[in-house]
Amino acid sequence: MEQPEQNVAQTEMPKPAALQDAGRREFAAPSGQLIFEVRNVSIWYSAFKAVTDVTMNVHENEITAFIGSSGSGKSTVLRSFNRMNDLVPGARLEGEMSYRGEQLYAREVSPIAVRRRIGMVFQKPNPFPKSIYDNVAYGPRINGERKKGQLDEIVENSLRKAALWDEVKNRLNTSGLSLSGGQAQRLCIARTIAVEPDVVLMDEPASALDPIATGAIEDLMKELKQQYTIIVVTHNMQQATRVSDRTAFFYVLTDTKSDTRTGVLVEYGPTEQIFQDPRDDRTKAYVTGRMG
Amino acid sequence: MSAVTQADQAAAGSAPGGLVGRRGLGDRSFQWLALGCGLLVLVILVLIAVTTTQQASSWFTTEGWGIFGTKWIPAENKFGATPFIYGTAVTAIIALVMAVPVSIGIALLLTEVVPYRLARPIVYVVDLLAVVPSVVWGLWGILVFAPWIQHIYAHIASAVTGVPVLGFFFGTPTSGASFFTAGIILAFMITPIVTSLSREVIATVPAVDREGAYALGATRWEMIRGVVWPHSQGGVVGAILLGLGRAMGETIAAALVIGSSPVITSRLFSTGYNMPAVIANQFGEATGVFRAGLMGLGVLLFAFTIVINIIARAIVDRSARRKRGA
Amino acid sequence: MAVATEPRRADLREPAGWRRTKNRIATTAMVVSFVVVIIPLGFVLYTVIAKGASIISWSFLTSPIPVNVAPANVGGMGPAVLGTLEITALATVIAVPLGVLGAIYLNEYGGKNWLSRFIGFMADVMTGVPSIIMGLFIFSIWVLRFHYSGLAGALALACLMLPIVIRSTDEMLKLVPNSLREGSYALGASKSRVTLTVVLPAALGGIVSGALLAVARAAGETAPLLFTILTVATANANVFSGPNTSLPSQIFVNASSPYTGAQARGWGAALTLIAIAFILMIAARLVTARFARYQR
Repeated sequence: MEQPEQNVAQTEMPKPAALQDAGRREFAAPSGQLIFEVRNVSIWYSAFKAVTDVTMNVHENEITAFIGSSGSGKSTVLRSFNRMNDLVPGARLEGEMSYRGEQLYAREVSPIAVRRRIGMVFQKPNPFPKSIYDNVAYGPRINGERKKGQLDEIVENSLRKAALWDEVKNRLNTSGLSLSGGQAQRLCIARTIAVEPDVVLMDEPASALDPIATGAIEDLMKELKQQYTIIVVTHNMQQATRVSDRTAFFYVLTDTKSDTRTGVLVEYGPTEQIFQDPRDDRTKAYVTGRMG
Repeated sequence: MSAVTQADQAAAGSAPGGLVGRRGLGDRSFQWLALGCGLLVLVILVLIAVTTTQQASSWFTTEGWGIFGTKWIPAENKFGATPFIYGTAVTAIIALVMAVPVSIGIALLLTEVVPYRLARPIVYVVDLLAVVPSVVWGLWGILVFAPWIQHIYAHIASAVTGVPVLGFFFGTPTSGASFFTAGIILAFMITPIVTSLSREVIATVPAVDREGAYALGATRWEMIRGVVWPHSQGGVVGAILLGLGRAMGETIAAALVIGSSPVITSRLFSTGYNMPAVIANQFGEATGVFRAGLMGLGVLLFAFTIVINIIARAIVDRSARRKRGA
Repeated sequence: MAVATEPRRADLREPAGWRRTKNRIATTAMVVSFVVVIIPLGFVLYTVIAKGASIISWSFLTSPIPVNVAPANVGGMGPAVLGTLEITALATVIAVPLGVLGAIYLNEYGGKNWLSRFIGFMADVMTGVPSIIMGLFIFSIWVLRFHYSGLAGALALACLMLPIVIRSTDEMLKLVPNSLREGSYALGASKSRVTLTVVLPAALGGIVSGALLAVARAAGETAPLLFTILTVATANANVFSGPNTSLPSQIFVNASSPYTGAQARGWGAALTLIAIAFILMIAARLVTARFARYQR
C-alpha cells in the first residue's frame, strides 16, 4: 500500500482543529490549490433535510468522486456547487460553501456567473434539439461571442477535447438528437467545456451508457482533469477507483425515533485509502460489499 | 486567453472572484412582460363586464324589473328580454337533446369499439364538423335546410293537431326558420366539443377496470354501463355543460335560421328568437335605449355563459385530476 | 351403482338472448351516431362545393362587390377576401405574441402558484364566451371612440384568439422536458434566455400548429366583426381606419338576401372561406407531424 503524500506547500488554507473527527479524517495530499471549501453545510428541500453537516475540501485538477447509496445526498451536494438547487422551490442551504475563497451563497452572488465557471454534465445526456454545432456554440453565444471564426474554433477545440470531433466533423449541422448515447454525452461534455469553466461537475455521467461508451467517458475524464477540476457522482465503485484521486463516501442516516432520513458525509480521503483502508465501518461495509 | 473567458471576466468581474452580479435588467423585464400578458386574460374579462354593463345602464334604469318583460317592441319602447331568454333556453335544450346522445355515442365508439387505426379518420371527420364556420352553417341552413324541412314540419304538425302533448309542442304554426331548425343546426355545431371532451373524460377510465369487467364475462355494453359510466359521469356532465354554453352563445347560425320573431310559444316549429340572434340582427339600427337593451342582452348572455363555463370547467378539471391520481 | 354422467361441456357461445341483443343495439347506436353526424356534414360540404365551385374563379376572388346585388354572374368577393386576409393577419399579429408570452408566464414563471392556476382556469372559461360579446366589448371600448375600422375587428378577433393560443401554447411548453432547461441553466443562462433560446425553439412546432388552428377559427368568425368593421361593400386596403368587410360578413349579408345573384356569391364566398379554414387545418397538422418534437 502506497504512503499518502504529506502536506507539501502552504497553498492550503489553515484548517481549524475542530475539523478533525473520528469519522472524517482527511488525508492531506494536495496537488494544488483548494477550489471548494465546504463547512458544515446542510441542505433542505422545504421541510426535508436532505444533507446534514458536510465538511470537505476539493482540490484543483483532481477528480473527486462522491459515492454512496441512493438518497445519501451525493447529487444534492454536487448540485449545490453550481447552485442548481436554486431551481428547486423550497431548497435552502445552511453553512458555508466557498469557491476560490469567495462565498458561493452570499447574497450578492449571481448564480448565472457561478454556473459559467462551474459547469455540469447530467446523468441522462440532454443535447438541445439544435445542430451539433449550435449545441456546442450555445454557451459561448450566450456569453456574447458572435464572430463566426471564433465560434468555429471554439466548437472544434471543444469537440476535440471531448474526443468527438472525428466522429462528427462532417455533420456539424445535423441534429444533436441524432447521436448515440455515448456520443450525445460527449457532446454535452463538449458543450460544457466550450465555455471554458473552471470546474466540471458530473452527475453519474456514464450510468445511462453501455460499457464501451462508459470507458470512453472515463478516459475523457482523466484527460480533462489536467485542465479542469472534476467532481463526479457515481454508483459504480470500480469507476471511482479507476478515475478518481479522492473519494467521498456518503451515507443515509436514519433516525428511527422521528422516522427521518438524511445524508451525511462519513469519510473522505484519497481514493486508495478509502477503498483499501477505510476508517469507518460503514465505509468498509459499502466498499467491500460491492467489491466482494 | 480566448475571447470567451475575456468576455466572461468582463461580465462578471475579475477571476477568481467576480461572482457578484444582480439579475439582468433584460431578464427581469421579460418576467414582467410575461406576467402582464398572463394578466391580460383577467383584465379583458373584467373590462368586458364593466364596459358592457355601462353601455347597457340606460336599459336597466329605464325598464327596471321590466327588463324581464315579455314584449320586445322597439317602436313602442318596450324592451322585455324574456322572449329571447326563452328562445335561448329552448334552442339550447333542443340542441343538447340531440347532440348529447350522438356525441357520447361517438365518444364511446372511439374509445371502446373502434380499433386504433380507424379512430384517427373518425376524429378527423368530427374535427371537420368544427371547421365549418358558423356563417356557413347558417347559409346552408336558411337556403337549403329550412326550405326542405319546412315540409316535414308541416306534415308532422298536421298529423299531431289535437293530440294532447305532441300537438302542444309540434303543432302549427310551422316555419322552416324556427326554434327547432336552430336547435338542429346548433346540435351539429356543438357535437365536436362535447364529443372531444367526453372522449377525454372516458379515456381516463383505467384499463384495469375495463379488463376486470370483461374478465367477468361482461359484454361491451355491460362493461360500459358498469364501469365506464360511473367513472366518467361527472366529467361527461361537465362536457355537456360546455356544450350548453356553446349552444347558448352561438350567434350567426341562429340569427339566420331562427325566424327572427320575438314570441314566446310552446310550438317548437314556430319562428322565434334568441339573445345572440337579436343582438346580431338589430344592433346595426339601434340607438339609445334600444341599443342599451341589446347591450343588456349581451350582458345577460355574458353572465350566463361565464357561470356555466366556470361550473363546467371546474367539473371537468376535477374529474380529470381525480383520474390522474393527482 | 354409480351413474356415469356426461363430461360437462364448456359453453363458449356468445351470451344469448337479451344480453346479446342489448349489446348489439348499443354498438349499432354508437355507429349510427357517427353516421348521423356524417350526413349533414356531407350535405353541407357537398352543397357548398357544388354551388360555390361554379362561381369561383380568379375574377370572382378579385372583383368588386356589385352595388346592384340582384343580377347574377356579376362581380365577386374581392373586397371581402382582402378584408379577411388583412383583418385576420392583424388579429394574429396581436394575439399570438401576447398569447405565447402569457403561456410562458403560466408555465415557466408561475408554475403551480395560485395566480397562474387561476389565469389558466379563466382562460379556459374565456374560450366559452360567445364571440358576439367580444364584438360588443370592442364596440364599447374602442369603436365609440375611434369608429369602425379593420383594426377594431382585429382587436375583437384577437380577444377571441388569445385564450386559445394561451392554452395550446401552455400545453406545448409543458411537453418540453425539464432536462433541456437544466442543461441550459447549467451553462449559465438566465431564465429569460433559457426560455427564449431553448424552451421556445423546442416547442415551436406545436406552438405554430396551435396558432394556425386559432387563425382558422378567427377567419371564420362573423359576430365579432358585426359591430366593429361595419360591413361595407367596398375594398379597404387600410386596415387601420375606415369600415371594412370580410368573407363571413358578406356571407351573412348575402344569406338574408332574396336575390339569387347575391346568394350565389354567398356560396362562392362560403367555399372560399371553407377552403381557407381547411388549408390552415391541414397546415397545422403538417407542422405538427414534421416539427412538433414533443407530442402527447
